This record gives sequence, structure tokens and C-alpha cells, in this order.
Amino acid sequence: MITINQLHKTFGRQEVLKGIDLYFSAGEGLALIGPNGSGKTTLIKCLLGLNTVQPGLIQFNGEDIYQQSAYRKNIGYMPQISRFPEQMRVKELFALMKSIRAEESTYDLELFEAFEIEALYQKKMGLLSGGMRQKVSAALAFLFHPDVLILDEPTAGLDPVSNEILKEKLRKTIHNENKLVLITSHVLNDLDDIASRLVYLMEGRVLFDKQLTELQAETSENRLNAMIATFLRKQTSHG
Amino acid sequence: MSSWIPIILSLLTLLPSWGNAKTIALYPGEGRVISDAILQAAPYDTLVFKKGIYQENSILVDKPLVLLGEEGAIVDGQMGDEIFVIVSDDVSLENLTLKNVGVSYLKDRAAIRLNRVSNVTIRNNRLLNTFFGIYLQKSNECVVDGNTITGAAEEESRAGNAIHIWQGKRIRVTHNTLSHHRDGIYFEFVDESYIAFNQSRNNMRYGLHFMFSNDDIYENNVFQNNGSGVAVMFSNRISMENNEFLDNWGGASYGLLLKEISDGTIRGNRFQSNTVGIYAEGANRLVLSQNLLQNNGKAMDIKGNCMDNRILDNNFIGNTFEVLTNSKTNLNHFEGNYWSQYSGYDLNKDGVGDLPHRPVNLFALITDKVPAAHMLLHSFLVSSLEVAERMFPQFIPEQLIDSQPQISPYPYDYD
Amino acid sequence: MGKIIQFLATDLFKNKTIFLYLLFLWVTGFGLISLQGQGEKILLALLNISILVVPMICLVFSIIYFYNMYEFLLLLHAQPLARSTLLISFYTSLSLVLTGVYLFGLGLPLYFSGAGGEGLLLLLTGSLWNLIFIGLALLMAIWASDRTKGMGFSLLIWVYFVLLFDGLVLLLMYNFNEYPIEKLVLYISFLNPLDLGRILVLMQTDAAALMGYTGAVFQQVFTENWGKGLVLVLLLLWALIPFSVSIRWFNKKDL
Repeated sequence: MITINQLHKTFGRQEVLKGIDLYFSAGEGLALIGPNGSGKTTLIKCLLGLNTVQPGLIQFNGEDIYQQSAYRKNIGYMPQISRFPEQMRVKELFALMKSIRAEESTYDLELFEAFEIEALYQKKMGLLSGGMRQKVSAALAFLFHPDVLILDEPTAGLDPVSNEILKEKLRKTIHNENKLVLITSHVLNDLDDIASRLVYLMEGRVLFDKQLTELQAETSENRLNAMIATFLRKQTSHG
Repeated sequence: MSSWIPIILSLLTLLPSWGNAKTIALYPGEGRVISDAILQAAPYDTLVFKKGIYQENSILVDKPLVLLGEEGAIVDGQMGDEIFVIVSDDVSLENLTLKNVGVSYLKDRAAIRLNRVSNVTIRNNRLLNTFFGIYLQKSNECVVDGNTITGAAEEESRAGNAIHIWQGKRIRVTHNTLSHHRDGIYFEFVDESYIAFNQSRNNMRYGLHFMFSNDDIYENNVFQNNGSGVAVMFSNRISMENNEFLDNWGGASYGLLLKEISDGTIRGNRFQSNTVGIYAEGANRLVLSQNLLQNNGKAMDIKGNCMDNRILDNNFIGNTFEVLTNSKTNLNHFEGNYWSQYSGYDLNKDGVGDLPHRPVNLFALITDKVPAAHMLLHSFLVSSLEVAERMFPQFIPEQLIDSQPQISPYPYDYD
Repeated sequence: MGKIIQFLATDLFKNKTIFLYLLFLWVTGFGLISLQGQGEKILLALLNISILVVPMICLVFSIIYFYNMYEFLLLLHAQPLARSTLLISFYTSLSLVLTGVYLFGLGLPLYFSGAGGEGLLLLLTGSLWNLIFIGLALLMAIWASDRTKGMGFSLLIWVYFVLLFDGLVLLLMYNFNEYPIEKLVLYISFLNPLDLGRILVLMQTDAAALMGYTGAVFQQVFTENWGKGLVLVLLLLWALIPFSVSIRWFNKKDL
């Protein structure tokens, strides 16, 4: 579904991505992890076309995404921090988005209803709390039935109840609807039931890229956190 | 006693025929009707032109006569030579319409020429398309009054002057209406003469043009929409009062052009909507007072070679530039004028501003040195420079100030 | 694109600054009429106001608005919208609102001052200035991700076009005064849209006669229909070129 080939990205003199090769396919629950500054966000921005790519190649369903925009109709994106124009009402946001995507006739309103967004309709964006804005953002990401969901630290601002609702939705999306979900998160516990594959970035390179089952076998751990810790320990002692 | 009355009355009725003076009526006809009549007339006869068109030119008036037109009497020069040439004193030419004198590049042809005469009166005539209108040459004590002189020329080189006076003394030019000529009135070597109540409009060069003439007065005239209003050059002791200089607008137009003149007075005039209101070059000892200078591009352009002029009690209102000069020194005196651009205050309420006014504009000074800088007119740069210059005067002549600027305009009546 | 423009334009009209701008134009416009009466003086005064205010408002307001709406831009960017569509939407809505306010703000006083064709020409020139300086503002906003830097440079642009350029021209004219530079000055004025538009409007008024020989040279070009057309085309180019460069930069920018 998404192919990344020798992706490099430099900002000024600093090389943030130093040659990334990855392939993501439908039905995968992919956890993109790594320490701060490892290039997770940059990689996501490259996928979304927010950062321009060169040199390197990113293909979406076989098409080069460089300077393209149409492919983004298949992507739902929930940013780490959602900011909206302060004077804008929630209702206006949804109306605008629907009018932009006028070709879509059916909406995925599951999260929209679960988070009770309609109750916020008359509120101005500037008055919403961070958590509320994250809920709006999440509902928006799922609204147009995207084939790919990209979530940057989705659980950071959400309350536990909402967090569970989102996780449940993600599980369904991956397993029942066979879609690709790409999540970055620090809170590895949150990814436990969702992730089927782990990609660990370190200083702009892929340190490892393994299926969860594979990793489980190698480390004989059950919990994600422990698995990674064990694995990294092994790696360093080898290195 | 009563028996004397009829005798006196009959004597009075005989009076015109004293000295053989009689009235002769003229009718249009074949041949040189007018010339023949003049030939046969005795001095002091009156020729009355009956209604109709007389096709004749080169008419020599060589004896004292009264030439009087009745309503509708027209002399048509047929685009030929001059119509009347008056070489005798004591001639009077009245109420005639003269038209069509041909343009010549060799000779200044005029509808009426006065040559070395005195005491001639030209009154209430209408002149149409006559190249030059009335031409006085070495003549004295003549009167040109109430004539309407309208030219038809469209370029300056093919245009003559409406009233042209070359060498003369004590001439009165009054109540004439002059238009579409080169100059409305042209004076060269004319002294002690009086010009008043004329209307000079739409002439190509000047409404009134003085050259080498002294001790003249012109007042209560209107000069409107000419190439330039009035030019006074190489003349002394001219008095200019209560005239109007209006709408002389164009790249090189002036209301009043003063060049090499001394000891005149300019009082109570109205200068309105001229590109330059008053332009002075080599003008000395003039007194300019109680004039209104309004809505001109440049109210006064006074060059550095002007000395000892006194500019007093005038109203400067709504001009783009108030005073221009090309010199860092100023030898003229400005006092007690009203300047609408004055931005000072009057704390003691005596009607006089507490700070002196500097009427010279920095931009005008710059464009005088660098004409191309005109392109910056009305730009923000220029406005900023003006403000800066007002706060820290550097370039404009320090002495060119009005120390008694008025707070409100003088209530002069200019009409 | 229409929906986004509609949304942004509505958002802009709710902006207090825009309302204050309109109020300012009205107060100065009608104030001038009550102080100076009617006719050409008003036209020239409004020309001066336009020179001063339009570039300033367009540059500062547009750049602040762009930075403030940056998050919203990112949000829209997640949708299948081309970057050029986004930028064109921003440019169009800013142009519509700012030019509209300008036209409404000065057009009304001009109408009451009884200005004729020259008044319309001023409004047309002023509108083109709006388009030009909004384009330059977006160019700066895209070039500089840092707000302070973008703001600083847009003020620099303002100073350059309003003051510095003319200062340099004056300096040039001082040094080459012995040469017949009137024609050259004409071409130099093409390099500053403010000078170009100002001279265009001036040439239609009586003030042209105050400009002497330079004025005569300018008048040959600026009063003919082809000359007016040429100036308007040049002004349009001044609007289009910076904006098309900004699209090009925006397409390559890391957001």
C-alpha cells in the first residue's frame, strides 16, 4: 500500500532521515516508535506531503506522491496537537470539511457519536479544551472512511474513557475493515492491543522492523514495553 | 429780450455747418465707396455708414473725420491688406464692424492702423478675424475704448495681437474685449498710458504684454485662460491694481510674469488657478500688497536676483507651493501675509502667529535644481522630507520668513 | 476552492481590524471632504492616503493573518487539496476582502467629492496596489517561517517601496542631473508600483502642469489610452509575478 524507498530529509545542515526503506500493507497495525528526535514526526509529515521529499521516493498504491494531493483522500490524519481557527465553530468545521469532500456521500460517524461531538456544535474552537479538540480531530480523521489512518500521539490529551473508545475503534478498523493504521506513541501500553508490527526509528534510521509475533518469540515477553526493552538491551550488548 | 430767442436757436442749429462741417451718408456699392467718400469729404465731416457690407481695404484716412457706423454696417477686407490706415490727427472711428484681414508674414497687417497721429478715438467697434486688430504706431493721446476684437488664428506664428501699440504716450485702452489673438494687448515703448476694464481671454501668448514701457497704470482688467496672464518686462514704475489673473494653466503658464522691472505696485489683484501665480526675475523695489493668491500650483516664484521687494498683507490660500526661490539668500521682505499652510499658533490671540512662517517648500527647491525630481510630486518621501525640513531647517533660505503670519485671511473684497 | 474562499472571506469580515480599517478610510475620506471641499484636492489627498495605507495594511495584515491561519492551513492540507489551491484561496480571499474594503472605504468619499474618471482610475490603481502588496506579503510569509523575521522583512518591503526607492531615485537624479534623464526616470518608475500608479493618477489631474518638462514627458505616455493600458498591465504584472513565485515556493516548502 505504501512504499518508502531511500527516504532522506535534511533541514538546513541537519539530516533527520538518513535513508528509510519501509513497506506498509493493508490490515497492518503499525507502531512507529523511537526516542524524541528520531524522525517519527518527520516521516509522518513526509507521508502526508507536509514535508517535501527529495531525494527518495514514497509511493501510495504504486503512485509517487511527490507534489500530489489526490492520494490524501485515502488518509485520515490526527495530529499530535490539533489547532483550529479560534473563531470557528465546531459545526462550521464539519460543514466546511464535508463541503470540501463533497464527493463523499456516506460518513463514518461512529466516533462522532461516541464522543458526542454534536453537543459541541455551537462552541467556538478557541473555547474547547485540549482533550475536546483531540476528540474533534479524531472524529474528523475517521469521517470519510479513509483506507489509511495516521495518528500522531493520539492518546496524549484524551481522557481514559475516550482513549478506550478510540482504541476499540482502531482495533475494529484494522481487524474487521482490513485498513492500515499507523500510530506513533510514547505510551507503549496504549499500543498493546492494536499494533501488529513495530518499527523503531533511531537517529533517522530504522533500527528494527519486526512483526509483533516475531518479537514476542525473540524476547519471550508479553508486554510491548518489556519486549522492546529486552530487545534493545540485546542489541546493545551485541553491538 | 424774448425776440432774441429764435435767433439764438437758429444760430445753434447752424453750428455743425460752421467751418463747412457736414454729415455724409454712405451706402454699400460698386468700387471704392469709402475711399471716394473720404477723398470728397472736407475735414471734420462725419461719414455715416449705412447698413450693409462694404468690400474694401487699404482705406487711407488722411484728414480729420468722424467715421460712424450704423447698426449692421460691415467693412469686409476680403482677406487682403489693412482696412483703415489713419494718418491724420483728430479722427474718430466708431460703431463699425471690421472683418477679414489676411495673414502676412512680411507685414503686421491690422484692421485699423494709426500712424504718427494724436487725438484719435477708436470706439465700440467689432473686429473679427483681422490678424492684428488695432495697431498704434508712434501715436500719442489716443483712445481705444469699448472694442471687441476676436481673432481666429490657431497657432501662435499665424496670430497677431489684438491691440498693438509701438511707441506712444498717454494712450487710454479701456473696456475692450480681446480674445483668440497672440497677445491681447501689446505695449512696446509706451509711456504714461492707462489700461482699464478690459477683458483679455483665450489669447495664445499673453493677456497683456509690456516691453520697455514706463509709468503706466493698468487696473480692473480680467486676464483669463491665456497662455500666460500678463508679462511685464524691462519696464519701470508700472502700477497694477485690482486685476484678475485667472486660469492660466499649462506647463509654462504664469498669472503675472515680471522680468527686469522696478518700482511698481501690485495691489488688490486676484491670482487664481494659475500654474504659477507670480513669477519674478530681476524685479526690484516692488510692493505687492493686499493680493489674493488662491489655488495656484506655485503662488510665487521669486528668483534670487530679485531685491528689495516688499510682500505685505496678502492672502495665500490653498496653493500647492507658496513661495519658490532658487537662492539660499533672500533680499526681499515678507510680512503680515496670511498663509493657509501656516501651522503655528497664536497664544496671545492678537491675530498674528507666534512663530514665523517659512513659505518656501523644500521640494520646490529640489526640483529647481533637479527638474527630473518632479516625478516624486505627492510621494511619501517628499512629504517626509518636508516635515523633516520644517523641524530642522537646512536647505531653505533662512531669511525668507514671514515674522507676522496672520491667523485668518484678510477680508478683502476682490470683485 | 470556492468553499474555502467563502469560509476565509467570511472569517475575514468578522475580523475587527478589517472593520477598523474601513472606519479609518471613511473617517479620513469624509473628514477631508469636510475640510477641503471638493475636486482635485480631495483626489490628491486620497491618493496620498492610498500610497501610505494600502501597502502597510496589505503587508502587515496579510502576513499576520497567514501566520494565524497556519494551523488551519495544515488542517486543510490533510485533505486532498493541492497546495496551489490552498494558496490561491488565501490570496483570493485576502484580496477580495481588503480590496473590497478599500473600494468601499474610499469609493464612497470619492463619489461624494464628485470625482469623475480620475477617481475611478485612483480606485483601480489602489485596487491593483492591494493585489500587489498582498502577493508580496504572502511571498514573505512563505519565505520566512519565523514570524518575527517575516514581519520584519515585510516592513522592510514597505519602507523600500514607500521611501527608500524614491530616495535612491532622487540620489540618482542628483548625480546625473546634467544628462537628459527624463525618459530614464520614466522607465525607473516602472520598477516601483507605487510610483507608477501615483504618476498615472497625477497625470490625469491639473497637478501634471506643475511637473514641468518631466511632467510633459510623462504626460505623453500616461494620458494616452495605450499608455494607461501599459501602466495597468505593468501593475498587473507586479501583482502576478510575486504571487506566482510564492506559489512556486509554497509547493516546495516544508510545512
